[in-house]
Amino acid sequence: MLTVEGLRSRYGRIEVLHGIDFTVNSGEIVSIVGANGAGKTTLLRCLSGVQPITHGDITFRGEVLTAVPAHRRIRLGLAQSPEGRQIFTKLSVEENLRLGAFLYSDERVDKDLADAFAMFPVLKEKRNLSAGGLSGGQQQMLAIARALMGRPSCLLLDEPSMGLAPILVAQIFDVVKGLKALDVTVLLVEQNAFGALSISDRGYVMETGRIVMTGTGGELIADPRIREAYLGV
Amino acid sequence: MPELMQFLLSGATVGAVYALVALGFTIIYNASDIVNFAQGEFVMLGGMITVFAHMAGLPLPLAALLAIVVTAAIGVALNKLAIEPARGAPVVSLIIITIGASIFIRGAAQLVFDKQLHRFPAFSGDDPIAVLGATILPQSLWVIAGALAVFIGLWLFFTKTLTGLAVLATSNNRLAAQLVGINTSWVMTLSFALSAGIGALAGVLVTPITLTRYDVGIALALKGFAAAMLGGMGSPHGALVGGILLGLLEALTAGYISSQYKDAAAFIVILAVLFAMPQGIFGAKRTERV
Ligand SMILES: Nc1ncnc2c1ncn2[C@@H]1O[C@H](COP(=O)(O)OP(=O)(O)O)[C@@H](O)[C@H]1O
Ligand SMILES: [Mg+2]
Repeated sequence: MLTVEGLRSRYGRIEVLHGIDFTVNSGEIVSIVGANGAGKTTLLRCLSGVQPITHGDITFRGEVLTAVPAHRRIRLGLAQSPEGRQIFTKLSVEENLRLGAFLYSDERVDKDLADAFAMFPVLKEKRNLSAGGLSGGQQQMLAIARALMGRPSCLLLDEPSMGLAPILVAQIFDVVKGLKALDVTVLLVEQNAFGALSISDRGYVMETGRIVMTGTGGELIADPRIREAYLGV
Repeated sequence: MPELMQFLLSGATVGAVYALVALGFTIIYNASDIVNFAQGEFVMLGGMITVFAHMAGLPLPLAALLAIVVTAAIGVALNKLAIEPARGAPVVSLIIITIGASIFIRGAAQLVFDKQLHRFPAFSGDDPIAVLGATILPQSLWVIAGALAVFIGLWLFFTKTLTGLAVLATSNNRLAAQLVGINTSWVMTLSFALSAGIGALAGVLVTPITLTRYDVGIALALKGFAAAMLGGMGSPHGALVGGILLGLLEALTAGYISSQYKDAAAFIVILAVLFAMPQGIFGAKRTERV
């Protein structure tokens, strides 16, 4: 569904992605784990088209994305819940969700909104409140729900567990696992390697702008090098 | 009593002018946090282009329409040529660019048009209408109606349309706006076109009363800016109320104290209001951005 080949990207003169290759197949949950600064966020920004790439190709459902501007990629089915949530703090919860469906004006928007509220009842309670007033966990739910309103076939999730209390982390990972049932393919980026790999079909390990290891979620969790470097055991 | 009525009517007219200029600030500010100091120049262009197109033989309504369209195009050009290339610069730098643009447009207008004062006929004649012992010009009613119409239009745009919401979203979080599929550079183009068009409409409505010249924009931009600050920058309600209040203040000061003090009195009241309510009367009190 998503294939990345030889992807390079830079900030100014400093290259931070040095040729990334990976694939995500339809229906999978795939994780990219790695330490802070490895380039995971930059990679997702490239996929969504908000960060220029200098080399390489991104192919999504048979279409090369290189010349496709950011605002068109969501229409192709590629949505992102970005690092730091990036919700519209000055707008209401419902306005945030309706903006997630910015490209659509059919009846399905109202149905999707009802589904989002069913998935995250707390958002329904607060639908008319300013989104900036939500707690961290609620903002994360809003960011995921907003991305789902864009009807993605593939959802990019950047550090959804960041800064959340353990009980909320578990809840968020449950939500991610549940996306499979909704036919949404997931590319999950996490520093929380254990949490991410344990719900993933496959995973990639990223270090300073390169993919250094790959395997199924179970294999990576069992790998001694991974256990030492990322799982703290 | 008739005296007070007269002051109120002239205050409301001037206030409606300020409100129209302040409403013009709203859209660009809401899309980008930029206070566009070339807004006064859009008002000037609206008046001047109508004057010259009318002199060249176009019927007045057509000349006015042409002025609005051409000014909107100039607004788009300002965005494409001066604002967009500087994207990523701090808002203060962008505001300074708009000040530069206003000086440029003023200079260009002086060359393309001339340095004379101009007017064109009022839409419904110049016979004053009597109201409770005072009088008002028919053109004043046009200005007040124009301000109300633009206010209602903008209010509906920002609260009832997805496009209006996309404008607000773009200024609140540009990255997130792109990620939900909003073409943010198109939103900026739209904002400059609408703001410039509203400015030009203001120029078309007020020129029969106030006359126009290449340099009328500065004073209008300052008064419109003061009105927008008083009401709360970015809010259509604020622009309307701030403009009318400022106009009334000026008219009452001029009438009961001295016209020498009208600007000073207005600014003292504005400072006092902003001291008590830094966001302006209708300013956003919602959470600050992260
Ligand atoms: N806006 C930026 N400008 C310059 N360098 C950046 C910027 N964002 C990230 N970087 C650098 O790029 C590298 C990768 O960062 P990032 O993609 O955020 O990694 P991760 O998400 O894995 O923590 C880091 O060295 C970081 O300092
Ligand atoms: Mg990151």
